[in-house]
Amino acid sequence: MDGDVELDVDGRSRTLRVDSRTTLLDALREGLGVTSVKKGCDHGQCGSCTVLLGGRRVVTCLTFAIAHDGATVTTAEGLGAGGRPHPVQEAFVERDAFQCGFCTPGQVCSAVGMLAEARDGRPSAVTDDLTGPVELSDDEVRERMSGNLCRCGAYGNIVDAIQDVAR
Amino acid sequence: MTDLLRPHVLGASPARVEGAAKVTGTALYAGDQRVTDPAYLHLVQAEVARGRVTSVDAEAALALDGVLAVLTPDNAPRLASTDDAELAVLQSHDVDFRGQVVAAVVARTPEIARQAGALVDVRIDEAPHDVHLGADRDDLYAPEEVNAGAETDTSQGDVDAAMAEAPFTVDHTYTTAWYNNNPMEPHTTTALWSDGDLVLHDSTQGVHPTRDTAAEVLGLDPERVRVVSPHVGGGFGSKGTAHVNVIITALAAKAVPGTPVKLALTRQQMFSLVGYRTPTIQRVRLGCDEGGWLRAVAVDVVEQTSRIKEYAEQTAVPSRMMYAAPHRSTTHRLAALDVPVPSWMRAPGECPGMFALESAVDELAIACGVDPVEFRVRNEPEVEPESGKPFSSRNLVACLREGARRFGWDDRDPAPRSRRESDWLVGTGVASSTYPVNKMPGSAATVRRTVDGRFRVEIGAADIGTGTWTSLAQVAADALGVEFADVELRIGDTDLPKATVAGGSSGITSWGSTVVAAAREFRAKFGDDPDEGDELTATMPEDDASDEYAKHAFGAQFAEVRVHVDTGEVRVSRLLGVFAVGRVVNPRLARSQLVGGMTMGLSMALHERSVLDERFGHVVNHDFAEYHIAANADVPRVEALWIDEHDPHVNPMGTKGIGEIGIVGTAAAIANAAHHATGVRVRDLPLTLDHFLS
Ligand code: FES
Ligand code: FES
Repeated sequence: MDGDVELDVDGRSRTLRVDSRTTLLDALREGLGVTSVKKGCDHGQCGSCTVLLGGRRVVTCLTFAIAHDGATVTTAEGLGAGGRPHPVQEAFVERDAFQCGFCTPGQVCSAVGMLAEARDGRPSAVTDDLTGPVELSDDEVRERMSGNLCRCGAYGNIVDAIQDVAR
Repeated sequence: MTDLLRPHVLGASPARVEGAAKVTGTALYAGDQRVTDPAYLHLVQAEVARGRVTSVDAEAALALDGVLAVLTPDNAPRLASTDDAELAVLQSHDVDFRGQVVAAVVARTPEIARQAGALVDVRIDEAPHDVHLGADRDDLYAPEEVNAGAETDTSQGDVDAAMAEAPFTVDHTYTTAWYNNNPMEPHTTTALWSDGDLVLHDSTQGVHPTRDTAAEVLGLDPERVRVVSPHVGGGFGSKGTAHVNVIITALAAKAVPGTPVKLALTRQQMFSLVGYRTPTIQRVRLGCDEGGWLRAVAVDVVEQTSRIKEYAEQTAVPSRMMYAAPHRSTTHRLAALDVPVPSWMRAPGECPGMFALESAVDELAIACGVDPVEFRVRNEPEVEPESGKPFSSRNLVACLREGARRFGWDDRDPAPRSRRESDWLVGTGVASSTYPVNKMPGSAATVRRTVDGRFRVEIGAADIGTGTWTSLAQVAADALGVEFADVELRIGDTDLPKATVAGGSSGITSWGSTVVAAAREFRAKFGDDPDEGDELTATMPEDDASDEYAKHAFGAQFAEVRVHVDTGEVRVSRLLGVFAVGRVVNPRLARSQLVGGMTMGLSMALHERSVLDERFGHVVNHDFAEYHIAANADVPRVEALWIDEHDPHVNPMGTKGIGEIGIVGTAAAIANAAHHATGVRVRDLPLTLDHFLS
């Protein structure tokens, strides 16, 4: 069964017809040619397909496109503003927080979403005080970024890059 | 002695030239390349480990709207060569391992292809299978040679007599698990035929090797196959040789003329179809005298290969050159099983081999009461033990000493269980690393003066996350005597001059030597002020000194490990590696490479194991939920540094290769630290908590 969805992707309004079984990930990649979203597992286990959906980080392989008519999607390609990459992206380059780069679009989207969550005072599994503001220690960053796997092992530089922006 | 480059851009740390494209997701990987109206391929896999396909009924699948073709062993086009059984897809009705491709569906959308795949009715006459690896099998055999052309067995002196005389001995069996490479980018191929020419967008560690393999198997002139692969989402060996995804996609595209066909393997399929590291069983015997001087080193390895294609991991090879001892021997024996075909995974041989050797060395050092760092220093050979060749450079001792100093090794109480911090037992351990300097013949490079006064350097090399786009341009800049910004590098396409595979940590050695040769010839011919359009192509020079010296990189890794007293949970809290890897082209990128290798070593030590269900012959934990690789929270601050090493014998850059050495020895350092923390010696990876609950 097919249906039409309208999406705002990286600031552009896009319409497409999707199979009801089409994940948001496949709709973006195969339907709209938005290849800044990567597929590493298709099972919600690696984080490569992370985008910001209405500002919150979401793995697009675990949600159907048909359920997101009218949604606003920001991928790594659309994170920047005014012709400049997002500060998190600049920090990733500077800190060499990637090697092959395949997990990277997901990492940077996740990082931007995570920083907003921390600013909002949302606790993680390693937060001691569940009510106060979140102090973003390295352990907090590691914990909050653990949904994004990196087989190249760039974790340390990812933490440093995020901290460059957080501080 | 090679004519070493004067470093100017070499040693500088420009950020990755493709960095902006990678962080914004605009770098195009194989599955991202724009093709018009592609069709999608879905693979149907055997659900038994051995048997014969008796029928494939595709009727229901073909009846589905949007299905374009179903390939089966009955109708698939014949291949020109089936010598490589791994690639002989749909060429016979035999099923040789569970997960083997037995049919393939081409459809308009990925969803339809997948649905249709489930509708293909494959009947298999099941035969008894055998997937059990054991050192006690009576059908183990000696391969003719092991990977990288090494000898299967070696022997010097009399190990048995030396072991009998030695006051201190170790004789234990160590095992490493079945590991899957799991690059984050699944193996992906897009194929398009036009007028008998084939274009492949493929995730590969070498466009030319993939082209040559595809051309041979498909019976094409290599000139008619183009492989494009500018960015690769990791490989770790699994994209070093062409796997079945390349061939089946090319065949499927043949079935739908004019339509490009896309295939991205699923994560689950990657556990059967793209190689993996064989599990190993290693009996290690070491004997030393009262002072801790080794008298005997013997390693006997049992590992698996597939019944249809031999792959022999060179696991005992590092024990042939690490330490001095008059009596030594190594053997490799294989069990040929009904399992997927094993292949390269980051530092094949050295990685599993050094887990066993460096664990055993720790055990022997403790037994004879010599500090583990000192024990290794004491057994430093003057020449390469088996060959008798001088080392081109060997700075293991410097790495051990510098690492010990930085790590604070000397403050350590050697007694196990001597340090407890609240509910955690804390220990430290050390292990050596090594990796050979490999150079592969056969690359060529072109240098051209461009309109804008820059220099275009072309070679079909690969960047699999290794930094080639940046580091090879640095090599070119110094070879031409220009600034980094004056070089425009082109790689990752068979339309460029031929290049060897990104494997064996040989990339910069092989491609760099080629680029240097081309640049020097270019300068010799066209001088300091070449004209626009001046162009020269050169091949990699023959290696003059290759046989005179033993060439290896070395390193020392130090780990601090915490084991929870109640739960047995194991955490690594510090990891330090000090390496001697020749000249470092780009410190910023090199650090990432070495840390990445160590991180994968940590993952191997603590988490990774493909669990084979012998009843059915498949890896049951075939996804990222159950095959755990280290996540961010598993990894402490990992530090990698290097000593200043100048080796004039390796190549004009003075480099030794850094892609693999980082993973060598890490698991042993961590296991040794866990022993120091708890007194429990784990000889079977991974170091899961059950080992520490007794
Ligand atoms: S592809 Fe979505 S989490 Fe892995
Ligand atoms: S950079 Fe390669 S997987 Fe993260």
